[in-house]
Amino acid sequence: MATATTPAPRKSLWQKHAFFERNSIWLIIGILLVISVGGLVEIVPLFYLKSTIEKVSGVRPWTPLELAGRNIYVREGCYNCHSQMIRPLRDEVERYGHYSLAAESMYDRPFQWGSKRTGPDLARVGGKYSDEWQRQHLADPRSVVPGSIMPGYPFLAESRLEAADIGQDMKVNALYGVPYTEEMIAAAAADLRTQATTDAADAEALQQRYPGAQIRDFDGNLAFVSEADALIAYLQALGTMVDFKLYDDKANIR
Amino acid sequence: MADMHRQNIDAVTGVSTTGHEWDGIRELNNPLPRWWLWTFYACIAWAVLYWVLFPAWPLVTGYTYGLLGWKSREAIQADLAQLRAQRAVFADKLAAASLPEIEQNPELLAFARAQGRAAFGDNCAPCHGAGAAGTKGYPNLNDDDWLWGGTLDQIHATIQHGARSADPDAHAGDMPAFGRDGMLPRPDIVAAADYVRHIAGLAPAPGADLAKGGEVFDANCAACHGAEGKGNSELGAPNLADPIWLYGSDRATIIQTISNGRAGLMPAWKGRLDDGTLKALTVYVHTLGGGL
Repeated sequence: MATATTPAPRKSLWQKHAFFERNSIWLIIGILLVISVGGLVEIVPLFYLKSTIEKVSGVRPWTPLELAGRNIYVREGCYNCHSQMIRPLRDEVERYGHYSLAAESMYDRPFQWGSKRTGPDLARVGGKYSDEWQRQHLADPRSVVPGSIMPGYPFLAESRLEAADIGQDMKVNALYGVPYTEEMIAAAAADLRTQATTDAADAEALQQRYPGAQIRDFDGNLAFVSEADALIAYLQALGTMVDFKLYDDKANIR
Repeated sequence: MADMHRQNIDAVTGVSTTGHEWDGIRELNNPLPRWWLWTFYACIAWAVLYWVLFPAWPLVTGYTYGLLGWKSREAIQADLAQLRAQRAVFADKLAAASLPEIEQNPELLAFARAQGRAAFGDNCAPCHGAGAAGTKGYPNLNDDDWLWGGTLDQIHATIQHGARSADPDAHAGDMPAFGRDGMLPRPDIVAAADYVRHIAGLAPAPGADLAKGGEVFDANCAACHGAEGKGNSELGAPNLADPIWLYGSDRATIIQTISNGRAGLMPAWKGRLDDGTLKALTVYVHTLGGGL
């Protein structure tokens, strides 16, 4: 069968594939190029199309305490069981409220959308339960929801919030385009303590920087700012920024 | 190419090879199964059809809308409108009827209770329990004991505005922290706790100073809880003379309650739930058994 390896007399373009099959690096580069076409076509337009993110009022960057709570949310892997995305489907809107808007997660890096719901969607959990309920539920979910399979996180209330670098965190977010001002970053550590204190003296300045921020002792323990303070502050803010009484569904059909 | 394949027939299988050879091993050129190939072509055709009919390709300033003009946000509005139309038969009557009228009309009552049960499961059960039996700190809604009143209008107000929530119309009123805030010395608090157990009909602790407890109670507690401890639903002050306890009736818990105060928070639901659902929930809760 010596003829099997005899090259065909005319070398068509079709036969150039031998080059990729014999050079694995070029094969990898070729695969990456082909795959990236899909990504480029699907993702890149989202950065320049104006219709990607609705114009809504009320959405503000996370406060330092909420941002720290979000970091704990991500650290503990809450996103493994909870999505933050109410899809525009009848049953979801019936259960969770208005479907999520792109604008509501425009300052989330990374976003916490998802489709895996072992637990319920949390996109609009803010204000749905009391802080006390959140504390009990985080410490021992079955103490309030007997059928729950969520693990307990009792250590959050006992752990002092390590957030010395929250200003750095905000700087990085600002690099990505989250509108944190110099003033916000400079006041980060103070704002974080202020928000976790009921009747705090400089609550007004915090409110001015972050309109609508909820300011109180979230974990019921004034002795120190705990991780539970941060996480509950974050949870209580979820989905509360857009006033849907003022939101025009029809104007944002796309 | 095809010519080349015909030239290379594998001797063992009689199948042509691709002409590729690696270390003497040749690749057979078996044709793809027909069903697979046609499914593949059908998928490609489907994709092209989909691009034409539905929103698909991003462009420079917009995207292709598709011939059907389908939009997910329009679709959800249509779905919800259909749902409202479907429910309108009863929902309109529910909206027009007063709360007592709903309870007197068996048809409306059944509708309100069905809608109320679903809304309760989604929104209220996490605190008050699936059967509304409550738990420590979250009131039982099946009994006759109501912190903020158990009439239809009172329940409606509580659900709409909550208690100690951010709503400006929310029920307000805290149980003061008599111990933590230094309003009463420890022995007075203990005596008051014994007296509270006494008016509730519970066995007093040995050596309880009921006379002193009564004095402390009259001076500090009676203003809200009443001289006989029967409570006041205007202030959310619970009845202390019955066997129903939100936080517990043991001596240590009562001492803790007097020392540190209590301020359970019920969220406001107006705005989060629509008015029809709020009415249905009110009727559902009222007919659980404890409504006044």
